[in-house]
Formats: sequence, C-alpha cells, structure tokens
Amino acid sequence: MVLHNKKLAALCLAVLVLLFALQFVLSSYMILAATRILILAVFAMGYNMLMGYTGLLSLGHAMFFAAGVYASGMVTYYFGVSLPLAFLIGILGAFAASLIIGLLVLRTQTVSFMIVTLMFAQAAYLTTLYFSRYTGGDQGLTLPTSARSFRLFGQVLDMTSDLTRYNIAFAVFAVTLIGLYLITQGPIGRLFVAVRENEDRTRMLGFDTYRIKLVAFTVSGTVSGMAGALYGLMFGFVGSSFAAFQTSIEALLYTLIGGPGTLLGPLLGTTVMTMLIDRLSGLTTAYLVVIGVLLIVVTLWFPAGILGTIRNRWLPWLK
Amino acid sequence: MNIAPYLLLATLEGLVQASVLMLTALGLSLVFGVMRVVNVAHGEFFMLGAVGAWICATLIPGPPAVAFVAALVLAPLFVGAIAWAADWAILKRIDYNPEATIVATIGLMYIIQQTTLWSFGPNAQAVDAPFYYTLRFPWFGYSTYKFFIIGAAVVLVGGLLYFLRHSKVGLVMRATQFDRETAQNFGISVGRVYSIVFAVGAMLAAIGGVLVVPAQQAHYLMGHDPLLLSFVVVIVGGLGSIPGTIAAAILIGMSDGLLSVFFSPTLAKIFSTLLVALVLVFKPEGLFGKAGR
Repeated sequence: MVLHNKKLAALCLAVLVLLFALQFVLSSYMILAATRILILAVFAMGYNMLMGYTGLLSLGHAMFFAAGVYASGMVTYYFGVSLPLAFLIGILGAFAASLIIGLLVLRTQTVSFMIVTLMFAQAAYLTTLYFSRYTGGDQGLTLPTSARSFRLFGQVLDMTSDLTRYNIAFAVFAVTLIGLYLITQGPIGRLFVAVRENEDRTRMLGFDTYRIKLVAFTVSGTVSGMAGALYGLMFGFVGSSFAAFQTSIEALLYTLIGGPGTLLGPLLGTTVMTMLIDRLSGLTTAYLVVIGVLLIVVTLWFPAGILGTIRNRWLPWLK
Repeated sequence: MNIAPYLLLATLEGLVQASVLMLTALGLSLVFGVMRVVNVAHGEFFMLGAVGAWICATLIPGPPAVAFVAALVLAPLFVGAIAWAADWAILKRIDYNPEATIVATIGLMYIIQQTTLWSFGPNAQAVDAPFYYTLRFPWFGYSTYKFFIIGAAVVLVGGLLYFLRHSKVGLVMRATQFDRETAQNFGISVGRVYSIVFAVGAMLAAIGGVLVVPAQQAHYLMGHDPLLLSFVVVIVGGLGSIPGTIAAAILIGMSDGLLSVFFSPTLAKIFSTLLVALVLVFKPEGLFGKAGR
C-alpha cells in the first residue's frame, strides 16, 4: 500500500500517541471531558468529510448523529441487545439513513442543499418528539443498568468507569482517523476535492459526480452516526436533543473553527470549543451567544479555520 | 359529533395564521428575490416585533389601542434599524455569498435570541388587544381582533404590491432583482438597494409579530415556527416570486391550521417540513413558479 502524504501520517500518529498518553496524566474530570471531545470529534470529522473535503455544507447532520443514537439506544432499551451489537446496529442505521437521504438531497445544490438537509433534519427531530411514547421525546430514555457493561473476549467492560470509556472512545477515534486518512489522502479523496473545487470540470473529465458526492455523503453520515451510537451507549442516554438543530450547528462550528478540509481540524475545533463552552456554562445559556458570535466572526475574518490558515500560510501538506 | 363548528374554527384560525404568514414570508421572499440570500434570522425579526409590541404596551400609558398603534410604527422601525446594521456589519462584508450568509445569519439568530432572553426574560408575556369585541357564533365566540389581523395583512400586502409596481424605489428593486449588473450600469446603487430590501424584509416580519402578539403571547423562542413556515411558503411558492408566495401562504396557513386542529401541531410541522424538502428536491422552481432563468 502506498502512503500518500507521509508528513500528515506522522503527525496523525503523534497525535494518537499523545491522546493515548493523556489518560495517565489527566484528572478523572478531565478524562471525562476528553472522552466527550473524542466522540464529538469523530462526529465533526464525519461532518468535515462532506463539508470540508467535498464542499457540501449540510445543516442537517444532527439527523445522522441521532440515527446512530436512536438505532443503537432503542434496540438496547427495548430488546436488551448487547452493546457491541447495538453499536453495529447504530452504524448500520446511520448508513441506511444517510444513503436514502443522500439519494434525495444530492439532486440539489448550494443553498437548496442547505435548506433541504435542514428540513429533513427538522422532520426527523419532530418525529422523535411526535413518537415520544417510544422515544421518550425530550425527556429521553435512560438505558438500564444491564446495558451499562458488556463482555468482550471474556473481559467485562464497565461503561461507568471513566478509563474504560476513554479507551473505547480513543479506539473508535483512532480507527476513524486512520480510515479517513486513507480515504481523504488517497485517490477517492482527490475526487472529493475535485468536486469541491469545480464540479463541472470533474464531470467533464468523465467522473460521475453524483456518485462521488453520494459516497462522500454516505461516509460522512455513517461516521457521524457512529459517533452518535457511541455517545448514546457510552453515557446511557437517548433523547431528542441529539436530533435538534443545535447539534448540526455544533458539528459545523467545530469544523469551521478547526479548519474545514483538514484531517485534524475537527479534533482541534472540538477541543477548543468544548473547553470554551465548559468554561462558559456557568453563565447559564451564554454559550449560545458565543456560538452565534463565533459563527459570524469565522465567516467574516477566518473562513479557513485554525489549521486551514496554518496550511495556507506555512504547511501545505496539512490537509 | 357535528364537524361543522370545528371546520369553521379551523378555517378561521387558518385564515389568521395565513395572513400573518403572508407578511412574514413576503419579507423573506423579497430578500431572497432581490438579494439571492436566505436570512435564517428572519424569525427573530418577527419575535423582536412581538417583544417590541409588549415593550410599547408596558411603557405607554393609556388605552391599549394607543400603545398598539405606537407599536405598529415603532417596533418595525426598531427592527428595520437592527436589520440595516446587520446588513452593514456582516452581509456587505461577506459580499452576500449565499452559503456564508446562511452561516452568519444562524449566528445572528442565536445572538438576537439570547440577548432577548437576557433582557426580556424567559416567560411568555401577554399583550392586551387594542379592542375587545367577541363575535358570537352559535357554537363559540370569536375575537374580532383576529378579523382585524386578516384585514390589516391584506391592506399591507396590497400596499406592498402597489409600492413594488408603481413607485420608483419599487422599480429600482425589481430592476436589481431582474439583472444586478445591468442595474448597476444604469447607475443604480445596488448596495443601497440591498440595505433597503433587507431592512424592509425585516420590517414586514416585525409587523407580523406586532399583529400576532395580542392573539398569541410574546416569547423569546417564538420566532422558530414563523421562520419554518416562511421557508415552506417561500419555497413552495417559488423562490422570489411574490404572487406565488401569497398563494402558498394561504395554502400553507390554511392547511397547517386544519392539520393542527384535527391532528396535532407536531404532525402538521412534520408534514410541512417534508413538503419543503421534497418540493426543493423534485420541483425546485416551486409549485406555483415558472422555471428559473
């Protein structure tokens, strides 16, 4: 196998080593925060796949995150399915959702695309509220104690232990990072970027751009849903708030801040934003204003994000 | 069960909703038609209009009618000023890039919402109607103020159409909408037209908010539904088409009213969001619109 972009591969490896080492240094509160950051970073990385690399700005990724949350959470809650299997079902649910929605929304472009993804996500959100008898609606469902641990290869893994959760989140993050590295730095990734830069030209060169976009959309939705399934199962909670508009906006913001179209941007953006929001959450809902201000500031002066700016100025391989 | 009274009530409620929706959606449609941008903060301008009406009602002494008339003038002016400032500070600087505008106006939406929460508080506030007179039907009484809403909306929309067709500013707006570059070549200051259109669009939403508040209540999150329904109306009616927007407002307002009375408001919203999505996917020119140029 050929490794494209070796510098980036080395950087990713260094980041993974650093993340693994963190568990020996951080306090248990920080471990919890880091676990959330890793899962949300997977979500943002999935989002970035579509928004950053392929140039399709979706306002509805909460729908795929929630597809993962609900598919995995509900089979556990109602049928007592074991956690690893539920996780796979969550991924499968998100895959199906993103494939079907993708087939429809990719007929539209730019502004229409944004509105259509937003509308489908709103319909999905309202559906979770409408069927609150089964989904628990706003109150949500708390997974029973039996679903808070599982056996894997004879080991019992406890979902209430901070370290276990961190290591599982780390493992999923690592697999996602490596997977997305292979996709984005290889030939498929080039096609994604080609669609972003000039779709007509890519089509003229003989590529089926609808199919390229559909692949990007499905990968993006599935990865987002995987993050959702992990989040729901790990913290034992399934609720409508995961499907709300704000969840889509958070993925967008993490990606914008970190740098759209950079592999590590979403991780950086999620870290910065989660830390910031944690600090500000003392001021009740102040963080929504911060989100609002940042969305404007980033669009006005900082469209490339942190890593994007570094890439444009100094390190062209950082993509 | 006799269904007639329910049907009458649903029709009346639907008509009231359709008239407010017509005003709000026309604001969004005007902005989209002329400037080719989608303003996600449009619902917040509606909410600010309603909150403005409440502020007028609390600060201005005397009969509620005086405060109401004052609100009908002051609230839209205030909201128009905010929109003007937002256009100057944000939209002009990103050169009305369609995608960036959506992201920036989402930011604006959060800022307006939270600022209102801090200053106005989390509680819904009622405002007295400018007059009380209940029209008695055999089955239920119905506030005449709601008929006033319908009348006011029809007059305002008629006025707007007349203004667009027969005034110089209206002509300039239509010229800009038709062909931005040529308009500029003929000495029309496109930047100025954009500022005016953005402010007027916001003011229409604010008027909708002022009109609705005696029948509903002012709340800092109340902009959400009007935004959603305005989207539905503007898209179903054909992006930027004013007659299409009016027709769609009546259709959507009425059907939303009927669905809400007979089924549930949530189901009505699921239905309309899916309708928008499917119209955009399969018939992007809208149900009433002609194919785009």
